[in-house]
Amino acid sequence: MERDDIIEYSLDGHHSEEQGVKIRKKIWMVTLLLTVVTAVEVILGAMVKQGSGAWLTVKILFIALTLLKAGYIVMVFMHLGDERKSLKWVILLPYALFIVYLMFIAFTEGSAVHLAM
Amino acid sequence: MAGHATKEIDSATLWGGKGSPFSASYGKLMMWFFLVSDALTFGGLLVAYGYTRYSTQGTWPIGEETFEALPFLGNGYPLAYVALMTFILIVSSVTMVLAVEAGHRMDKKGVIKWMLATIIGGFFFLGSQAWEWSHFIHGTPFGKVTLNDGSVAVVKGDFGAIENFEVIEAGHHHAVGDLVTEDLLHEFQHAAQAGHLHGTADNLTIHLHDGSVAKVNKAADENLQLIIKEAGTKHAISSAADESTRVTAEEGAVAEYYEALTKGAVIYGANMTQNEYGPDQYGQFFFFITGFHGFHVFSGVIINIIIFLGVLRGIYHQRGHYEMVEKTGLYWHFVDLVWVFVFTFFYLI
Repeated sequence: MERDDIIEYSLDGHHSEEQGVKIRKKIWMVTLLLTVVTAVEVILGAMVKQGSGAWLTVKILFIALTLLKAGYIVMVFMHLGDERKSLKWVILLPYALFIVYLMFIAFTEGSAVHLAM
Repeated sequence: MAGHATKEIDSATLWGGKGSPFSASYGKLMMWFFLVSDALTFGGLLVAYGYTRYSTQGTWPIGEETFEALPFLGNGYPLAYVALMTFILIVSSVTMVLAVEAGHRMDKKGVIKWMLATIIGGFFFLGSQAWEWSHFIHGTPFGKVTLNDGSVAVVKGDFGAIENFEVIEAGHHHAVGDLVTEDLLHEFQHAAQAGHLHGTADNLTIHLHDGSVAKVNKAADENLQLIIKEAGTKHAISSAADESTRVTAEEGAVAEYYEALTKGAVIYGANMTQNEYGPDQYGQFFFFITGFHGFHVFSGVIINIIIFLGVLRGIYHQRGHYEMVEKTGLYWHFVDLVWVFVFTFFYLI
């Protein structure tokens, strides 16, 4: 009995030469972005001293830039951006929830341990 | 009694799969699930690192103070080397995604070219990490000292070169007046740790292995500074933001440093239990996190080579698609992704 209500996936995500040119252009743009962001991070890291007035801002900026880089790697290089929405959420949401919660309890506990010592 | 299912469905439809809610192949989906679980491991390690840092606060080493050396060029280039490593890994991730793109066009030559570049990039990263580990393990000429007042200090400055050891009391091998000129720094550090150095900064003697005693002819250290990491009765912890809180040579850093050195209260480099950069856990986290990541890079290179051989033999071309390249690419990008986080949380922050 053949079923016609199921969606076939194709193993071969083929694309044409013209599409390839576009995709490669995007890849090189992302490369440029990742390189520039890394260079900015290193220059800031070498210039701004930890614990100085600007440090908190720089620290938050580092984390934001890291998430930006991670986003481009996952969405463009790993093609998660091209997958179905359901797959995106299944991969990202449980992980994000768990890690944010783990960070919260671990850092709260770490600070408490420091105060107790 | 009749069950609910009275209509017969053949087993190929019922159990044969085929339905694909994610519109992704089994292999790709499983690779994603594996990567999520692997990401949890790295997430756990980095959170544990953060926990330890929160609980130790000011004594934790500063990335740009610890990692400032370049091969052949010496010290004074904060974070330059890790930036280079990061760049190498990003580039090899780019060549991998280009290999996947070539595969989508069934361009076998393109896949071969870009996968080869990815493998070479992987070896470059592994080589860089080997140098980094070696440098971390051997440490600086100064080491970390426990001062007389119980405070612990990391030392910065230009180590004055040791010219020779001039024997002043004969032992089994050396006669009075002999000049020892080989392996000087190693011998010097070994003697310091064993408490076999005596005297003061400009008048040091060393007890050599053969029982002889020698005078250490050594140029003076320049710009010596003590960065206090643990407070003692005299010194408070140095602030990373304010270099004036370090103990300088004018404030007697040289005498205090050599007093500690002659007591054997010094640690050089890093091993599994201690390190000269900060709390003991720091070295352990360094070895475990960068080591576990490096192991992933290593296995990634191996997997890439296996798939590369498959590409060369034309297996995937015959199959009509290069999905294997895509799946190994997922793993390779993941390794890059982890490094992005390690770079930020271990080196930058």
